[in-house]
Amino acid sequence: MLRFIASRLLQGLFVLFALYTITFFLAKAMPGEPFTTEKNLSEESKAYQRALYGLDKPLLHQYLIYPKNIITEGSLAVSTSKGRPVKDIISQSFKVSVILGLSALGIAICIGVPIGVISAVRRNSWVDWGTMAIAMIGICVPAFTIGPLLQIFIAANLPGIKVAGWGDPQDILLPAITLGLSTAAYLARLTRGGMLEILSQDFIRTAHAKGIPASKVITRHALRGGILPSVAFIGPAFAALISGSFIVETIFQVPGMGQHFVNAVISRDEFLLLGVALFFGFLIVIMNLAADILTGILDPRVRITGSSPK
Amino acid sequence: MNSSTQDTKSAEGQHDYSLLQAERGSSLWRDAWLRMGKNKVAIVSLIVFIITCLLCFGFAWFCKDPIQQNLANKFAAPSGEHWLGTDAMGRDLFSRILYGGQVSILVGLVATFVAVTIGVTYGAISGFYGGRIDAIMMRTVDTLLSIPFLMVVIVLQAVLSEWSTTTSKWIVENWGWNKEFTNRATNVLPLFFALGLFGWLTLARIVRAQVLSLKEREFVEAATSLGLSRLRVLFRHIIPNTLGPTVVYATLTVPGFIMYEATLSYLGLGVESPNSSWGILIKEGANYLETNPQLLILPGILFSLTLFALNFLGDGLRDALDVRASKD
Amino acid sequence: MPLLEVTDLKTHFHTRNGIVRAVDGVSFSLEKGQTVGIVGESGSGKSVTCYSMLGLIPMPPGKIEGGSAIFDSINLLNCGEKKLRQIRGKRISMIFQDPMTSLNPYLRIATQITEPLHLHMGMSKNRALKEAIRALDEVGIPEPETRIQMYPHEFSGGMRQRVMIAMALITKPEILIADEPTTALDVTVQKQILDLIKERQRELGTAVVFITHDLAVISEVCDEINVMYAGNIVERAETGQLFKNPRHAYTRALLKSIPAMHAKGDELYTIPGLPPDVSQPINGCAFRPRNELGERNKCLTDQRPKLKDTGADHWVQDCPGCLA
Repeated sequence: MLRFIASRLLQGLFVLFALYTITFFLAKAMPGEPFTTEKNLSEESKAYQRALYGLDKPLLHQYLIYPKNIITEGSLAVSTSKGRPVKDIISQSFKVSVILGLSALGIAICIGVPIGVISAVRRNSWVDWGTMAIAMIGICVPAFTIGPLLQIFIAANLPGIKVAGWGDPQDILLPAITLGLSTAAYLARLTRGGMLEILSQDFIRTAHAKGIPASKVITRHALRGGILPSVAFIGPAFAALISGSFIVETIFQVPGMGQHFVNAVISRDEFLLLGVALFFGFLIVIMNLAADILTGILDPRVRITGSSPK
Repeated sequence: MNSSTQDTKSAEGQHDYSLLQAERGSSLWRDAWLRMGKNKVAIVSLIVFIITCLLCFGFAWFCKDPIQQNLANKFAAPSGEHWLGTDAMGRDLFSRILYGGQVSILVGLVATFVAVTIGVTYGAISGFYGGRIDAIMMRTVDTLLSIPFLMVVIVLQAVLSEWSTTTSKWIVENWGWNKEFTNRATNVLPLFFALGLFGWLTLARIVRAQVLSLKEREFVEAATSLGLSRLRVLFRHIIPNTLGPTVVYATLTVPGFIMYEATLSYLGLGVESPNSSWGILIKEGANYLETNPQLLILPGILFSLTLFALNFLGDGLRDALDVRASKD
Repeated sequence: MPLLEVTDLKTHFHTRNGIVRAVDGVSFSLEKGQTVGIVGESGSGKSVTCYSMLGLIPMPPGKIEGGSAIFDSINLLNCGEKKLRQIRGKRISMIFQDPMTSLNPYLRIATQITEPLHLHMGMSKNRALKEAIRALDEVGIPEPETRIQMYPHEFSGGMRQRVMIAMALITKPEILIADEPTTALDVTVQKQILDLIKERQRELGTAVVFITHDLAVISEVCDEINVMYAGNIVERAETGQLFKNPRHAYTRALLKSIPAMHAKGDELYTIPGLPPDVSQPINGCAFRPRNELGERNKCLTDQRPKLKDTGADHWVQDCPGCLA
């Protein structure tokens, strides 16, 4: 198991490095100057600024110095648009993002998995068709439609729930729901598929033949294997939540990291861009690792071989 | 007794068996088409999608100019002149929705085409050559798959759209093209590639898995023994046989790309106003939700309806072609 | 009074392509400690017969249309799920064809094998575990104390079937239903498993219903054999009697197709054609189209032939074209 985790961590490092490389060169390919937003900047002060941020060095040097500084100094450089260390910006907003992301993931799991199980057990019934149709709505109606609608119909009518803003605990509710719904829908579909697959297996018949009550057959014998596809989806789901957070943070004015990413692209702030991208990438690597470990715990066959059977 | 077939699901076995007899002699695609015909949801979805396309790409040309502003006639109610009323700039909402649909659907289709082209070629080469080439190519895909898609697309889109603005200017100045048309075209073009360049990963794995199993089959051996070159075998005999999963996956990719387009446009990184796309319309509509909810709801409905149709169509095709979602 | 008496059992599947009459009027009985075999081709309804008795038929599409299965004066077919559950896995157990897929790959052997003990006997965890280790030992699993903590994929096919047998017999059931228990195994392992079933049966006094398509297997373990064809029993006799004096054309054809019964160099016999499509109602003798050994033109065409006793408890379907 330790070897397995170590190999996955190494793989995660590769992913981060690839992400860094892609983002770095794309950021370099972005036309326009990082300082063009300040209109009256003279050529000298521009050059001064560039030197200050190390942007005058050769490309290869810049490409190598950034990861070196992360490792040796733990530094993520300084944001060119905000003039503050990227680390500070991230550490201020990251708690908000993590709270929002995890509550959305929690909502998605609590809604999606039970719905998937129920519709698999009641396959081809009205319950099944109904919930799967609703799941499809969750996939097809974008967050930027659901969000404003929730603002109008819930925040405007329920006391204590604000249309937008961040501060009170209940402020998490609407953005987390908006963010979590489509993930919940995907999870419901995946769980249903996984459960259907497991419920058709021979060992389920064995369990019934042992006289185990139907509800226990589902919880004890089927659920473990049935939620495996959903567990494997946790990594991608978290990536989707991060993407979704760009939008949800805008709608509900949540001071998370997503807005920094979007602003960094718009204002050509490559250090902020790299910092946030790598941080998000890091989170996703961690979630993927968590999903892998969880899969190993649930499926003993993976534990031994380190890869899924079939 | 020579039979060693299993008997555990005898009733179902019997059932399958009779099916097999009934359908013997017709081709895979005809079977699929027949099965598809029985799937009412899929057929309705297909019709809905065709109607939407006809409206957006046909009927739209007879509608009002979607960019023509009329500040004196803001937020007009539906009337004979403006079927769905007008928006905050007095522009005709109906025609904006249809023109927006052009962009959204086109982005979905073209980006999928780009993704399918790359994905099929990549996956086929990887699966066909196998060995170390395959290992390296698939490791690359695995790594890229772990990278958050939208993040990279956002940055790539920023790069491409800058280039396209420059190109647009250059074309207008040097070739004398219509400025409005050029702007519109170059505004959308980067999206095709930003999405397509990163959307091929999953398809590459699906095609690779297909090719791996196909190349062991007899007809490939037969083709090779006839002296056809390897590449010819690959393109003439193997790739056509991966069509089923590819069609299913592509159908399910289109709505995903339409959603991404809307997301990018919503963030101000895709199509830009006054050009129209469903994402733009929803974004603009959200500003007036309290006073004029139809500005968000109407484009939202057509948007979601199209996504619905494409997703159900993809599900229907998957059932009809009997393609299982391969995850590994 | 027999331990289990099945009378006129009918199980149909209502599918989109029509009603599949998988079991269409089957009757047989089982005495205490007896081994009864049910033999037939794939799709003849032998497994469905047993699944129906234990309520293991997926409903829908399956439906039990009629008949009774009396066990200890309880009709298993309509006693209700709750009562049936108390019998299933405690007094009537089952083992299945494919030991590779019949054990839950996600749970330890210990969890699976002690489950019936918790469920039906209310045993404590420790006692159940001890009991389970003893049961594994009895079916010939080496080092049961350590192996019980393993997962199914760490066992070979034969070992898994031993686990299945231990699990099925752990509650000392009165009836064991063995659904093709050796089909998926290597020939060398088959014999061991058959011996094990026989041995355990002798020690526990369990009655066994043995389902198989393999006549060689069935001749080795069964006291009495039922031959099934297209959802009906076409012949029933004591094992020796059936092999010595098969009466029905189908039974004769089956026996003729056993490779071991051929002289070296002789061509193997195969029954022509395919089993009938049971989604169409069958009027008359179901075997008529494939009947080569009897006289096809004399087969019944207006009604399905009924079982009749030809003496010495040898029952055959009363079809003039098939009887010999």
